[in-house]
Amino acid sequence: MDTAAINDLNICVATENGSGSASSNNILFKAIFKMGIPCSSKNMFPSNIQGLPTWYQIRASAEGYLGRKDVIDVMVMFNDATAAKDIYRVRDGGLILYDDSTPLPAHLKRDGVQYIGVPANKLIAKLVPASPLRAKQRNMIYVGALADLFGIDMEVIKAVLEDTFGKKPAVIESNLLCIDAGYQYVKEKGFTQNIARLQTIPNGNKGKIITEGNTAAALGAIYGGASVICWYPITPSSSLAEAMEYYLPRLRKPKNDKRTYAIVQAEDEIASAGMVAGAGWAGARAMTSTSGPGVSLMNETIGLAYYAEIPCVFFIIQRGGPSTGLPTRTQQADISLMYGASHGDTRHILLIPHDMNSCFDFARRSFDFADRFQTPVFVAMDLDLGMNFWSSDPLKLEQAPYDYGKRLSPEQLEEWTKAGKKFRRYFDQDGDGIPYRTVPGNQHRMASYFTRGSGHDADARYSEDENDYKYILDRLKKKFETARKFVPKPIVEKERGVKTGIICYGSSYEAVREARDRLKARGLKTNHMLIRALPLTKEVRDFLAEHETIYFVEQNRDAQMAAIIKDESPELGAKIVSVLVYNGLPITPKAVVDQIFDAAQSAQLKTAQM
Amino acid sequence: MAEAKLNRINLTEKDYEGAASTMCRGCGHDAISASVMRAYFESSIDPRKVIKLSGIGCSSKTPAYFLSQSFGFNAVHGRMSAVATGANLANHTLMPIGVSGDGDTAAIGLGNFCHMMRRNVNITYIIENNGVYGLTKGQFSATADVGSVMKGGKVNDIPAIDMAELAITLGATYVARSFSGDRKQLTPLVQGALAHAGSAILDVISPCVTFNNHEGSTKSLKYAKGHLDPIHDIDFIPPYENIEADYDEGTDHAVELHDGSHIVLHKLSKDYDPTNKAQAISAIHAAIAEGKFLTGLIYYNPNRKEFAEELNLCDTPLSELTQDELQPSLEALERINAELMK
Repeated sequence: MDTAAINDLNICVATENGSGSASSNNILFKAIFKMGIPCSSKNMFPSNIQGLPTWYQIRASAEGYLGRKDVIDVMVMFNDATAAKDIYRVRDGGLILYDDSTPLPAHLKRDGVQYIGVPANKLIAKLVPASPLRAKQRNMIYVGALADLFGIDMEVIKAVLEDTFGKKPAVIESNLLCIDAGYQYVKEKGFTQNIARLQTIPNGNKGKIITEGNTAAALGAIYGGASVICWYPITPSSSLAEAMEYYLPRLRKPKNDKRTYAIVQAEDEIASAGMVAGAGWAGARAMTSTSGPGVSLMNETIGLAYYAEIPCVFFIIQRGGPSTGLPTRTQQADISLMYGASHGDTRHILLIPHDMNSCFDFARRSFDFADRFQTPVFVAMDLDLGMNFWSSDPLKLEQAPYDYGKRLSPEQLEEWTKAGKKFRRYFDQDGDGIPYRTVPGNQHRMASYFTRGSGHDADARYSEDENDYKYILDRLKKKFETARKFVPKPIVEKERGVKTGIICYGSSYEAVREARDRLKARGLKTNHMLIRALPLTKEVRDFLAEHETIYFVEQNRDAQMAAIIKDESPELGAKIVSVLVYNGLPITPKAVVDQIFDAAQSAQLKTAQM
Repeated sequence: MAEAKLNRINLTEKDYEGAASTMCRGCGHDAISASVMRAYFESSIDPRKVIKLSGIGCSSKTPAYFLSQSFGFNAVHGRMSAVATGANLANHTLMPIGVSGDGDTAAIGLGNFCHMMRRNVNITYIIENNGVYGLTKGQFSATADVGSVMKGGKVNDIPAIDMAELAITLGATYVARSFSGDRKQLTPLVQGALAHAGSAILDVISPCVTFNNHEGSTKSLKYAKGHLDPIHDIDFIPPYENIEADYDEGTDHAVELHDGSHIVLHKLSKDYDPTNKAQAISAIHAAIAEGKFLTGLIYYNPNRKEFAEELNLCDTPLSELTQDELQPSLEALERINAELMK
């Protein structure tokens, strides 16, 4: 009996990094995508260039779930170093595809799974002359084997190769040869499996794009008018700046054959933050991208930009901390670092995207927020969002004029002068905490002022006077309260009468969406709120107030976002039960469901005991 | 009352002043500020086209004490080089002047300073060098000489960083040394730096009268005055003046700057070609060996593009580009979306 699932399949490919598996995995993933099947991929790679273990999960989901799944149906066991563990990563009833050029050692055998051997080394030796390329193309063999086993048409694979290597027919030819060898071998041997079938869904992914959050954010920054980009290489943020290097020359029109942007690889993060502060002060839309260690180094300058009220944007792609931590793994553990970056009383605006379109949109709008509030703005992403491929609706541009906030032109200053109004750089003219600003180059006689990170009064004069000092600190707080009304509101999905709520943010969204369906199937209905910014808006308090229990999902150990809520609304904080996933791997729905059931059960137990 | 003298843009010297200084009485830094103001006045530079930058320390306070009509930015300790680089990229039509100290530049900010010069960012960068941390009350800096004595008697035994040599090595294109008290030499050197497009570094010995002016200090007023080793006498000739009046073919060396002005170097004892890098470095070493401060225009390289030009930035400042110029079209995004569908 054919019990195979249709278009529901979770493949894990275990290889060595630097062995060319990135290409073969990419081809496999894109082939499934091209068949119209909802799918996602998660790359769990080492901080290394060659020779360390790496895993790549490809998930096809008929129901359209794109989060990482922990139950693995198929293990492509192509890395001897991890094979002993990899055989137990696959579920009972699953399949292990391995290279049987040499016999499988006894310790790599286990019960309850199907083994299929393909002599990849032997096949490749016949097809590719001895060269470094041979080792890389060996991975193409499993692409072909899986294609035959699960029903990926070779025509689709050919089309993906053409999309990928369009201008290099020789590369297409040689890869195809190897893939086909794997395909034919499995076919000739008559190997089959009964786990899943992949079936083309006509127009299934029509109109969908595949991209990474770093690319989407880079494009958003370009559309948002970023003109001074200073960065220092650090995983997982480098690809954001590199995407800008790639797209800026293609997208930004030159002016008289000259560039309308400056992109600078700085000597360290302290310098990139300094350059961004200088450029923001001088009126450009300035940004940097970095990760946790970079934020640590930038702290002093972030405080300067906060206190001297300089617009600038920081794209933070979070990774596993503390210290060097897990540089190639994902986490949301820099929320408190960003929110309170630098010494003294500081608070910062965070925009927290959760999918490709919000990466694009928030990146674009971050410059408006920075200019409007004259302050550092963080676009808080993470490695899962930034560096994994996500299938998404096309990037959508909301057409709106740039908001430069209260930046005065020479003409406006002239009008002010005529009306007898004085320009006071740090004075709260409008009662919203946001002062007016001029930028260097404004040659009106009233325009210039002296910017400093030391104590200053409302007229930007050096001052150590206690009242002057407190005035600025209190006004900065007022400005932050104004920002609270402007930042993106949470997205709420709720039904009347449901007493349990789940809150999450960022890359947890997809796993939580699936977890809620699973909880519902098991009898627990939940409402949901996706937080999209700090400071927290009124809607967060409302949601807490409306529910009896709140499960708060975060990818860090210390419940950093929940701590902010508990700090701001202690009376509501008691309702929060934190669901914390922080092993460095992309969050799974199972982790969320398990923790929520455990917590619900122990709560029931407590009630029963009382 | 006599009319105040006007320069070519009809400004008086008063128009180049700033807030009242809060330096100690007799501080070398105030003398440098005076030369800076004089240089801007003499060169008829519009203060509204100048941006003033600094880090943290006594010297870094001084930009508030000159050119009050210019925008100023007193940033964080050691980071002025980076902040100035960013400001220059945002608006390369403005003329940046950076004022820093030996603590700010030679210690905490050394890395950023080196890379600013490596990029040849357009800036007039004055290091007010007194060998000591003033604002934190008298600790040795990285430019303190071996054997120099601290006020409390402690002797420095770690070699000094020579900022002029470092600047030449790392790619600065105009490198000079002077003394705060030598207004006649310092003013034309600042004028030359302002006319130069690229990193112009002026290492100016500026005695700290409070913490480093005692017997045994090699940066005291008395010691500095007694150990100056000028390479040449200097005149600055603006582009609109005829150079020949001040130029003697036999003994003078003229250096043409980017804006068409000239620095004329009047030979003192020996021939010196400031465009010769190896000679410049060996002259610095020779002076150090004799315990002297080599002063004058030590090195000049007219052949390197400044950073903004190297990046081929458009003539309009990036800070003034409009949304039409910055935001790509909707059609362009649709093309990218189509590429991402593959």
